Amino acid sequence: MTRYTRRTLLKTGAAFAGASAFGFPSIVHGETEKIKIGHLTPLTGFLGALGAYATLGMRMAEEEINQAGGIMGRQLEVTSEDSVNPATAATKAQRMLEQDGVPVLIGEINSASALTIMQVADRNKKLFMQVGARSDALRGKNCNKFTFHVDIPNTVMVNTVGKALLRDNMVKDKKFFTLTADYIFGHDLLNAAKRFFGANQGNLIGDELIATDVTDFSPYLLKIRQAKPDVVCSNLAGNQVTTLIKQYAEFDLPYPIVGFNLNTADAWAAGDGNLAGTWPTVWYHTLDVPASKSFVEKFTKKNGKPPENHAWIEYVTFKMMAQAMNETKSTDTDKLIAYFEKETQFDVLKARKAYFRSWDHQLVQEAYTFSPRPKGQAKDTWDFIALGAAVPEANEPLEVINSTKEQNPCSL
Amino acid sequence: MQFGFLLEQVVNGLVLGGYYLLIALGLSLIFSVGGVVNLAHGAFYALGAYASVEITKYLGFGPAVVISPLAVAMLGIPFERYILRRFYTADPILSLLVTFGLAMIAEQAIRIIWGAAPLSASIPPAFRGSIILGDFLFSRYRVMLLAVVAVVLLGVWLLLHKTSFGRVVRAGIQRPDMVAALGIRLQPYMTAIVMLGVGMAAMGGAFFAPITIVHPAMGAEIITVAFVVVVIGGLGSFWGVVIAALLVGVVRGITIHFLPAAGEASIYVLMFLVLLVRPRGLLGERIEKFE
Repeated sequence: MTRYTRRTLLKTGAAFAGASAFGFPSIVHGETEKIKIGHLTPLTGFLGALGAYATLGMRMAEEEINQAGGIMGRQLEVTSEDSVNPATAATKAQRMLEQDGVPVLIGEINSASALTIMQVADRNKKLFMQVGARSDALRGKNCNKFTFHVDIPNTVMVNTVGKALLRDNMVKDKKFFTLTADYIFGHDLLNAAKRFFGANQGNLIGDELIATDVTDFSPYLLKIRQAKPDVVCSNLAGNQVTTLIKQYAEFDLPYPIVGFNLNTADAWAAGDGNLAGTWPTVWYHTLDVPASKSFVEKFTKKNGKPPENHAWIEYVTFKMMAQAMNETKSTDTDKLIAYFEKETQFDVLKARKAYFRSWDHQLVQEAYTFSPRPKGQAKDTWDFIALGAAVPEANEPLEVINSTKEQNPCSL
Repeated sequence: MQFGFLLEQVVNGLVLGGYYLLIALGLSLIFSVGGVVNLAHGAFYALGAYASVEITKYLGFGPAVVISPLAVAMLGIPFERYILRRFYTADPILSLLVTFGLAMIAEQAIRIIWGAAPLSASIPPAFRGSIILGDFLFSRYRVMLLAVVAVVLLGVWLLLHKTSFGRVVRAGIQRPDMVAALGIRLQPYMTAIVMLGVGMAAMGGAFFAPITIVHPAMGAEIITVAFVVVVIGGLGSFWGVVIAALLVGVVRGITIHFLPAAGEASIYVLMFLVLLVRPRGLLGERIEKFE
């Protein structure tokens, strides 16, 4: 039998007493006073890989916010779940607001799921920071007072790539063939593309709607070959773009390919030598801005790989939300909305600061184009893409790549 | 010219059907001999793709497409011995549930090991580019793939029809009781069939990795099409599966040509029509133990 000396017993007892006096009450205190945020993002399906990056960015922001003393001196606790599909996303959002009592919802990538969460936020009169879904309709005809949109919308992606195409004389009198994802996001992107072609004398000679579960593009590639376009244009989403890029390279069609949407995680998966053309992005880890570089370094050290654009966007979104709560000293929906609607300037790790437009709640920020480096020049798996200059140029207002009040039917 | 375009889609569909065949034939064999619908078949396809991407990094593409299916076929031994074997005579719903569960475990395991982001895989330089024959355009890689499928198909046919192994397996499909009465234990044959089946699935994954996306859910994506092919072809029929695979590829191609939006739905409509006319599938045999 182990015998404890009286001294050991006293020391242990004193330690427990000390801990209960200082440690335990503060933990109990923290438990009741934590600021909870509900987070939803797709972790499975064709957007699952992007959701995994989003979660890493969110967790990093959560950790940094808590290490810096939390929000209003209270610790932040993020409850994160797989949003799965639009119906499940709505159910989970409702549960988070009703049962978990979160004051704010953040997240999403899928436009269809984002729409159902927006409806839940509207019904419950709670704030939803819609991070990664890009459909114009969300901040257009479906916009609501309780939702703010962080990622660049389809119109901005089209205008960003469009500027590069116009510069290279690839629009006027050219024949375009588009492949479009057959759901709200794709349809919306196609509409933005049609507006762009129409305004710049480009001709759309063919469009194919592609179901989101298509993994073989060969019949469509043959149709493109039969149509003989000047430029092939992708309006696809998620990892389908990767499959298209790989099979387009496989069939070796002679027409240049561009696209209005490609997330960098999906571009990396295409492999060196397969990617071609010009694509839009909201951010890339090689961006030459000190704050961005410092974020990339910390993220890479923590996760063993550089951040993808969804990791970045979740990180800056949580930082913006923490700033808003700290400055308004509140989690009250109306106060937060008023704070964002003031068009407060936020540091989003880019050369220019960003702000939410008061009339459609869209974050107005710089965008970029990217293109593959010539084969063999990449230093590593993540390096075969070269980032273009920021759009719009420094002397232009940030608004110019966004839809105007006349183009956007949003009324809050 | 319109006819030429259509013909090009038909030929392309045949090539695509060849690829479905690699996955569906194994599924059909396991189904026929053991009476088990292996919903985890897609998981072996995914494992084959992931293994080949890893092996390619060190040994190159050639060794990868050989080693990866062999390695995955080895997994077929414990899979048959410790899991499938318990369910041959059980209620079919149990084997469906257990293989479905296994498919989910495998998908999550892949997500944990390799991450959710897709892996990059490229066509080896020798097979890049396209071949134009007359008016037809072919991917050089897919032509090579078709040749591989033809060789595998011939090998499996010879194995099943020209060897004593094949005779026992075919007898086992029809009358396992008679085979047992002759003093032959079917269990080692079943292990071999499962190894062959999952090995072919892995081979499909290894060969398709460079032209599709290598991600955790790739197995779930392929299993539905493979299952449709087996159902259309009919249980226990080698040639039924071959015809069904090619038919599915061609019907999808033609539908996309005329009515693109219905492309993915077309194969299910085909299955519906075939089952309406021939519930046993195109060349399905009447198998007593399943009646």
